[in-house]
Amino acid sequence: MALQRAYLPLFGLDLAGGTTVTLSPVTATGQAPTRESLDLAVAIIRDRVNGGGLSDAEVARSGDTIVVSVPGAGQEEVVELVGTTAELRFRQVLAMATGGSPAADQPAGTDLGGVDEAVIERFRELDCAAKDRGQDAQSDPGEQIAACSRDGATRYILDKAVVGGTEIGDAHVGVDPTTGEWLVQLELKGTGPRKWGEITTAAYNSPPPRNRIAAVLDGLVVSAPIIHEPITGGRARISGGFSQESANELANQLKYGALPLRFERSSIEEISSTLGRDQLTGGVIAGGIGLALVVLYSLLYYRGLGVVAVLSLGVAAVVTYQSVVVLGHDAGFRLSLPHIVGLIVSIGVTADSFIIYFERIRDEMREGRRPLRSAVEVAWARARRTILIADAVMFIAAAVLYYIAVGGVAGFAFAMGLTTLIDIVVVFLFTRPLVALLARTRFFAKGHRLSGLDGERMSRRTPSRAETVPEDA
Amino acid sequence: MAGLRSFGSRLYRGEVEVDFVGRRRLWYRLSALLLVLSLAGVVSQEINLGIEFRGGSVFTFRAPSASIEEVRAAVTDAGGRQVIVQSTTSGWRVATENLPAAEITRMQHSLAERFESEVSVRVIGGTWGGEVSRKALIGLGVFMLAIVLYLTVAFEWKMALAAVVALVHDLVITAGVYAWSNFEVTPATVLGFLTILGYSLYDVVVVFDMIKEVTARLGPTSKITYSMAANDALNHTLIRSLNTSLVAILPVAAILLIGTTLLGAGTLKDLSLALLVGMIVGTYSSLCVATPILATLKEREPGYREIARRAARRNARRAQGGRRGGGGAGTPAGTVRGGSGPFGNGGGRGRR
Repeated sequence: MALQRAYLPLFGLDLAGGTTVTLSPVTATGQAPTRESLDLAVAIIRDRVNGGGLSDAEVARSGDTIVVSVPGAGQEEVVELVGTTAELRFRQVLAMATGGSPAADQPAGTDLGGVDEAVIERFRELDCAAKDRGQDAQSDPGEQIAACSRDGATRYILDKAVVGGTEIGDAHVGVDPTTGEWLVQLELKGTGPRKWGEITTAAYNSPPPRNRIAAVLDGLVVSAPIIHEPITGGRARISGGFSQESANELANQLKYGALPLRFERSSIEEISSTLGRDQLTGGVIAGGIGLALVVLYSLLYYRGLGVVAVLSLGVAAVVTYQSVVVLGHDAGFRLSLPHIVGLIVSIGVTADSFIIYFERIRDEMREGRRPLRSAVEVAWARARRTILIADAVMFIAAAVLYYIAVGGVAGFAFAMGLTTLIDIVVVFLFTRPLVALLARTRFFAKGHRLSGLDGERMSRRTPSRAETVPEDA
Repeated sequence: MAGLRSFGSRLYRGEVEVDFVGRRRLWYRLSALLLVLSLAGVVSQEINLGIEFRGGSVFTFRAPSASIEEVRAAVTDAGGRQVIVQSTTSGWRVATENLPAAEITRMQHSLAERFESEVSVRVIGGTWGGEVSRKALIGLGVFMLAIVLYLTVAFEWKMALAAVVALVHDLVITAGVYAWSNFEVTPATVLGFLTILGYSLYDVVVVFDMIKEVTARLGPTSKITYSMAANDALNHTLIRSLNTSLVAILPVAAILLIGTTLLGAGTLKDLSLALLVGMIVGTYSSLCVATPILATLKEREPGYREIARRAARRNARRAQGGRRGGGGAGTPAGTVRGGSGPFGNGGGRGRR
């Protein structure tokens, strides 16, 4: 791993500049869409956006919404790409060539009769490794097209579309009873069965590669199986080396045609890099001021112990920063403004764990527990439980917020949950051992004036207590 | 002698005894008043909903030399309607009615050209804010349920109930503050509200943990009532509560400062403002609402009621006999109790 790269976190678009489009699904029934259909929509939109030349785009599900983020300016393109609904179409294969890169030669061993010259030209130039794999401007169902397979390994010339995705009634996965192979079964509706009969008859009667029918989604060939018999009953079976997973995926894509859901753009945000930088600077300054105030307060109030608190906060800050960096490079985590707010707000929670512990120690000292070493032990036994319960509450809050996951909430909640966990780790593995060690030093054990544990400042009981002790006892 | 010491240093030494629980009627009245005021505000005042709830387009750009009139004119010229111009330290933030996509692009280009600045755009559909609020309500429900379950397991259901009552109390009052102050409510504000839940509970949980520890030692022959014990626990965690609140509020205040001065309107400001208001209300409620409610609930139990009754009789007798408790003001303060733990006499009772 390159070390220099590993020192900086990845920044979200609100800090680095870029365009974010949030899509909310609209269902006819008003019910929440299924997770399955959302995931499928994400996959389709991702293909579409990447195919549209925006290869840096990220498409992610966030709760019920889908968030598309593209670095840099250009909301028009994104909005256009995301907004159009793609359609699934069936087209007969006219020619095909393996290998995704352009080749000057003719598609080998194929008859190019009836194929438009312009399409052949485009086929020759088609580069399936390129960002836009020729997906745009090819969606006219009445035209022949040159298209790449989805995996980019094969190029096709395809005939005019005959059957559209709207004519598919249902699609599900099955197993061929004789060969045991996975296959996808289709049921067509409307004019679908008739047209399907025609196209399969034509394919069946043609020499290879024209005996294939391609399912094209968003300009990419999803599958182009060989037709073994004319299919006239409105039912079709697509076989061809599927695994259960790939069969399922295809069945879903066929069933849902294009996007399984209709989406509404609920928000579009385009942040210029200037504004992004301003927000980052603002966040960092706010964090710095917040941290400085807490450090100052800890030192003034807890003196020697305050140093422990400051060191612990420092450790927590380093661990948090490192987590963010590692998450960024290993899991694609991008630091955004809500994360930064979450992290800053969490300073308080982290510091509170120390405060709980320190107050317990001081309590024990007031109760007259000496020496400090045993006070530190007893106080820890009690503080530990309180810290765990309180952090559990914080974590539940973060988990619920994360579950709501609208807009920046998930990021904010993630930061809160992360720091709560780090807080526990730091208190258990750093603060507590450090305090135990320091309790052996003369400075703290003798209650030096600056230790925060000096007898003069805290050992007395309240007068009211002293008075009433005889009655209690 | 007490007069020589400042309140702060007594607080530092843990010598402050404030009778939070004993004065619960006062707090209940105060809270009831605040709640009524807040509800009245929510009902009567129009909440200042941000653009996220109405839908619209927001353009952000830098133009240090431009005046507010110039900016407004530029936006109106480019086809903006219902223009709201806000100035921030780093530039301008202009909200308009929702525009069609093509017009947004045109506006963006036109502003970029006129003010020679990069222009950021934010377009919000009319349903966005409503959606955030709907989810927030779901989240609120889930959170309450999760917390009641957790606290019932970790403590007991009465503590869970008292904690949740305090929570609702905080939320209503925060909403009231927003209604009366006319602060803008955005989805970030709603998020802030949800985060308040975590904080408000966090503090309550620490206090309740101490109460549980202290009251665990109350037996049938105990001379201390539940209220006194709870108050004692509260006073023991008082410094912690105040320290925690302060330490939590300091960073939030820093965000608010930066969010307001450096960045102008936006997520930072909205979120931190809601947090700040909520934290202040939350500090009050964890001291003056949650624990008193818990004490009220617990003293309905026959065992604790009996203790309370005996304590009241004893007090009455003592008052009649004129017997003064303890050795008076001159008692050496260094007496150390033999028992371990923070169990002392009830707060406020030693006061004469």
